[in-house]
Amino acid sequence: MSARARLLLALGAVAALALPLVLPSNYAVNVAVMILFSAFLGQAWNIAGGFAGQTSFGHVVFFGTGAYASTILHATWGWNPWLAWPMAALAGGAVGLGIGALAFRAGLRGSYFALVTLAFAEVFRILANSAEFTRGGLGILIKADARAANFQFRDPAWFYYVALALVAASLAIAWWLRRSRFGAQLAAIRENEDAARALGIDVLRAKTLCMGISGAMAGAGGTFYAQKYLYIDPTIAFGVEKSVEMLLVSMIGGAGTVFGPLVGAVALGFVGEATRALTSAQGLGLVVYGIILVAIVARLPDGLIGLFARRAARRGGRDA
Amino acid sequence: MLEVRGLTRAFGGLKAVDGVDLDVPEGAIVGLIGPNGAGKTTCFAAIAGFVKPDAGSVRFAGADVTGREPHVVARAGMVRTFQITQPFARLSVRENVMVGAWLRHARRAEAEAAAERVARAVGMGAMLDMRAGDLTVAGRKRLELARALATSPRLLLLDEVMAGLNPTEVAEIVGVVRSIRDGGVTILLIEHVMQAVVSLAEQVHVLNQGRIIARGTPAAIVADPAVVEAYLGHGAAARLAGGGGGG
Amino acid sequence: MPSFDILLAGIVNGLAAGAVYVLVAVGLTLIYGVLHIVNFAHGSLLMLAMYATYFLFAKAGVDPYAALPVVAGGAFALGYVLYRGVVGRFAHGKDENILLITLGLSIVIDNLALFLFTGDTQTIDVAHAQRMVEFGPLFLPRAKVIAFAAALAICAALGLWMARSDTGKAIRAVAKERQGARLVGIDVDHVFAVSYGIGIACLGAAACLLMPSFYVSPSSGHAFVLIAFTTVVLGGMGSFPGALAGGFAIGVIESLGGLLLGEQLGQIGISLAFILVLLLRPTGLFGARR
Repeated sequence: MSARARLLLALGAVAALALPLVLPSNYAVNVAVMILFSAFLGQAWNIAGGFAGQTSFGHVVFFGTGAYASTILHATWGWNPWLAWPMAALAGGAVGLGIGALAFRAGLRGSYFALVTLAFAEVFRILANSAEFTRGGLGILIKADARAANFQFRDPAWFYYVALALVAASLAIAWWLRRSRFGAQLAAIRENEDAARALGIDVLRAKTLCMGISGAMAGAGGTFYAQKYLYIDPTIAFGVEKSVEMLLVSMIGGAGTVFGPLVGAVALGFVGEATRALTSAQGLGLVVYGIILVAIVARLPDGLIGLFARRAARRGGRDA
Repeated sequence: MLEVRGLTRAFGGLKAVDGVDLDVPEGAIVGLIGPNGAGKTTCFAAIAGFVKPDAGSVRFAGADVTGREPHVVARAGMVRTFQITQPFARLSVRENVMVGAWLRHARRAEAEAAAERVARAVGMGAMLDMRAGDLTVAGRKRLELARALATSPRLLLLDEVMAGLNPTEVAEIVGVVRSIRDGGVTILLIEHVMQAVVSLAEQVHVLNQGRIIARGTPAAIVADPAVVEAYLGHGAAARLAGGGGGG
Repeated sequence: MPSFDILLAGIVNGLAAGAVYVLVAVGLTLIYGVLHIVNFAHGSLLMLAMYATYFLFAKAGVDPYAALPVVAGGAFALGYVLYRGVVGRFAHGKDENILLITLGLSIVIDNLALFLFTGDTQTIDVAHAQRMVEFGPLFLPRAKVIAFAAALAICAALGLWMARSDTGKAIRAVAKERQGARLVGIDVDHVFAVSYGIGIACLGAAACLLMPSFYVSPSSGHAFVLIAFTTVVLGGMGSFPGALAGGFAIGVIESLGGLLLGEQLGQIGISLAFILVLLLRPTGLFGARR
């Protein structure tokens, strides 16, 4: 990392830590929490969809599995939510490994993979809607008891710091993927599976493992969501909206890049707040998201972050 | 080093590879030639694990690797390149070659150093930061070679690394391939360009319609009537002989 | 276990619903077969056509069956323009990109509908379509009988047109060998846009047949996306007879699933069928090797 990049990163970290102190209202802090959380989930999608090129339309299935796993352990079995949290990540990871192994073994790629993940999410949604232990369509309420030991905070700033820690951890994972052998294998698979195979990469294993990591992250996100809102139901946990959000954040920011999901989440967060301020009508914000997605795929395949990279490259070109 | 016995693979009713026997001794450069559609690439694919052979066996360095997954074969030390180049288009040349180097190096600095060394050896030292997708045809052919070489193979299967290159570029690649062999890597190469094979290989096998129809030194092969017929059509050898070598 | 009569009724109901799925799936499979595009916006465009049918009835009093040529024609025009303006421009990239483009399109359409029409569910009350028709021991609403007959008739007509007309022949030529088609002077981009338009026109027809017995809301598209893809995947992407068999199969699976497993869990049949077909036989029951 260059000295300039280090400095920028340090400044960014300080600004992120200080942000709740300067935000004017709890509402603003909550918006910041949701932006960070969306960046974290986007990064989970990015590990599979961006780094390994396995575009999923049903990533919510891992999020929902994690949310239900920790919430059932906590609300039904009386576990402390902090202890239930790693279990949520495990559950999400296990589902990721399972779906990955099934789909990749069957040789599903591209659109077929995207659609099968969507179908898995739908199966989970219907199951959660009909099963006893998920309390069907009623959903599960977590009893409000705002103590830090309970993973509930009266002051949203604490949720902000937990979300910030999640984002930092996800950035570290993405950074490791950019640098490591495993990350290089995923990039090779994304670009050309046959060539990757010819160079000794166990494609099936790498892709499945990558779904496991991505699923574990999304599963951990599920617990955070449940503890923040103290309620989950099958539509929240397994509905298509969250899948689309994860994908949008990552694609718009820049899929396969370390900071793409964060950039995408901030951009979409601002677009969302702006449209909300301008009109109370439902749907308009997402119309804008959709248009941005089409524009990005068509014109900016590297996402918003590609704009910065391109400018930096031009500057570098002039310096040289 | 490589022993292929009775290798057979059919697509539908057509036997693309039909009972091929092939030996590549350690340290040699062996050529596999034949007209278009003779089954050369299928033969490679079956040896390297990309298609499962219907019959026959492939032994590499004493171990049976018949029908094993490509990555298992590659890890054992037998690595192929592709006739239609398959670059990791959005990665840089350095990153492309590093994918190969990671196979034998666990640490990033080592993998990077190995990749740069190999890239220089095949004449790509100046292109390390280029996007692979932006390379010329000649550049892509070299990249195929560099990536495979970076895995530190014992046997390289080169699939038409000279097709589509101009004579100067061919001469350069011939030099590179020879230096790779001199570095201790055994080479089996498929070529359509006769001249390149003649100048490189010690031993040549000729494939036609899935079968080996001749084998021997390049000089003997070029003079073999069966080979001439395979390339130029039925009766060509007789016509050539009758024409007294004119033209 | 329900009685035989109830099961029979379930199957017949499933076949009736399946006929409309056939129509939806024929559009999707045509687009895939010719353009090799996985059109994720298919459900959203169907929803749009259903709103068109609804407004024609509610505001102008046009009977949905009389509106069929108008809605189908409008859908064709919309499809043609969408292809020329958006989808086709980016159609030569990677498979996933097309999926993302059409996903973006569906997000825009769904939420535009939410913005313009609100999230309320709308139905139309076509009196003559509610009357029951007797078939031996069974009674079926007329709307379903008409939908069944009309969907089959439209598919047959489309099949015949593809086989006989010059445009149909051009479409088939392009689907088989687009470079060759270009060489013999076929305007390939026009044929692509026409094919996409016809695929969407099928949705227009399906919307008119659906509305008398169904409802529409901005999220109606979601329900049909998975149904449409399952139908097409079941039959084999790009296969006409496959879409026919797949549509009926999905209708029956859905109907029997609801009967045997209950309203909630019954919906699982379609998704499970989809997953199983993809995992076990990704080429579908009628598809050629990919």
